[in-house]
Amino acid sequence: MIQIDSLHKHYGAVHALDGLTMTVEPGVVFGFLGPNGAGKTTTLRILTGLARPTSGRVVVAGVDLVSDGRTLSRRIGYLPEQPAFYSWMTPRELIDHLGHLHGLTAAERSARTKELLELVNLTEAGKRRIGGFSRGMRQRMGLAAALVHKPEVLLLDEPVSALDPSGRKEVLDLIETLSGQCTILMSSHILADVERVCSVVGIIADGRMIVQSGREALMDRYAQPAFEAEGEDMAAVRRWAEIIKYQKWATAVSLDGDILRVTVSNVHLARTELLASAVAQGVALRRYEEVRPSLEDIFLQLVNKEAAQ
Amino acid sequence: MNFFIVLRKELTEQWRTKKFLIVAAVLVVFGLTSPLLAKFTPDMLKAIPNIPAGVVGMIPTPSVADAVGQYVKNLGEFGVLLALLLSMGVVAQEKERGTAAMMLTHPVSRTSFLLAKFTALGITFAVSLGVAALGCWYYTLLLFEALPWGPFLALNGLILVVFLVYIAVTLLCSTLARTQGAAAGLAFAALVLVAGIGSLPPIAEYFPGRLFSWGATIALGGGDPAWPAFWISLGIIVVALTTACLVFRRQEV
Repeated sequence: MIQIDSLHKHYGAVHALDGLTMTVEPGVVFGFLGPNGAGKTTTLRILTGLARPTSGRVVVAGVDLVSDGRTLSRRIGYLPEQPAFYSWMTPRELIDHLGHLHGLTAAERSARTKELLELVNLTEAGKRRIGGFSRGMRQRMGLAAALVHKPEVLLLDEPVSALDPSGRKEVLDLIETLSGQCTILMSSHILADVERVCSVVGIIADGRMIVQSGREALMDRYAQPAFEAEGEDMAAVRRWAEIIKYQKWATAVSLDGDILRVTVSNVHLARTELLASAVAQGVALRRYEEVRPSLEDIFLQLVNKEAAQ
Repeated sequence: MNFFIVLRKELTEQWRTKKFLIVAAVLVVFGLTSPLLAKFTPDMLKAIPNIPAGVVGMIPTPSVADAVGQYVKNLGEFGVLLALLLSMGVVAQEKERGTAAMMLTHPVSRTSFLLAKFTALGITFAVSLGVAALGCWYYTLLLFEALPWGPFLALNGLILVVFLVYIAVTLLCSTLARTQGAAAGLAFAALVLVAGIGSLPPIAEYFPGRLFSWGATIALGGGDPAWPAFWISLGIIVVALTTACLVFRRQEV
């Protein structure tokens, strides 16, 4: 649904995108991850036609952006990080206006307005001026505006980064509702959100894609199993940590506050020997568990590795 | 055509944000007060205490020409300033706030986006000028004599052309600028440039400002046409709008 080949975008000496290549298959919710300044927003702006690539090829929903960009707006919906609206308009007027631009009839616009305001939970605010909306309401309004014409591709730039927890939950629930109805490319740096709603993940750093994979496949491929423990006596825990470091199955040992984290290469061996060594050292444990690595661990591992290169 | 949908939105915006009312109010006030000022200024001067008798004798009797002259002078100054103030933010502000990006990711061509703004401003100024002209014509009739309709319409048509020149040039400045502040600076620089060069005697004949004096002579039944200034004014409008469209089509929003 989205095919990007060797995309470059230069702002003077700054290479915002440096040969980005990625593919988004139809129907997936694609999590587009990367640290600040990695090139996520630039990529999305190119995909919407708001910015022009320096070089490279971009095809979105069968439309080649370079040769046939004018028809693109009928196929995509775009929610910027900070959606902006005409403050004098009401949500009803905005959806009606956008529907008109997309060629919907008056009856279709009326039905679509009702449907979308219900979807984004703005029915009661439908006749209020958008200028008085809260950040969360504007975000939901932006999502409704992006969905007016039932786009094939929905591009979301940090859709929840500025929202409070309840606002985040509402918008993420909406995105989950939309999965399967259209292809969604969602940029974010909140990894827990990506982990929750995205089926495919791409990680970008310095304008290049460093890995792209299904979420579970990515976890299986890059996630190293780990154990976490909290002891009652920190001195004993520190002594225990020093001993673990020399075990051949331990790849990393770290202390974060009073939590000891041990990343291991051989989980079966660690299961047998780690707890036994705690008992041998006389460490009294409050908590001990095998933890599932998060997407955040993988993200940091890959981005730090890229930065080191 | 999406141009008309965008134009409808622009006109609604002019109404809701009170821009239309501001333009109409300012132009109508000057339309109504111009004949009044022409008629009563001599009386007010005569009413000044201890004014020498010789000076009173020098104050001319007001005529319809004074009413027309006052009307052209007032609209030439305040109307142009208003055209500048209302147009300078229209594109830069939308780029700055992000509403331009919101609109342009829907099926709105960049040319329609700009031309709808120009057309809406043109309609706002044309309607307001029409009401102002009606007020001026009526008060001139009450205080002096009836101005012939056709020539008075021609005068207002020429005033509108000058307004459109400034709207088009300011729209170009607003397109070139990234921020409202920069757009305002560019627009005032353009105003000073056009007014400054246009006041030099050999060149003034070809500049938009010349349309005011031509219009005044037409309204009073005279001749002295200034077709070069008229065609050059239309040329400035076309060049400014074409340049704005070409620049905007290549601009990253």
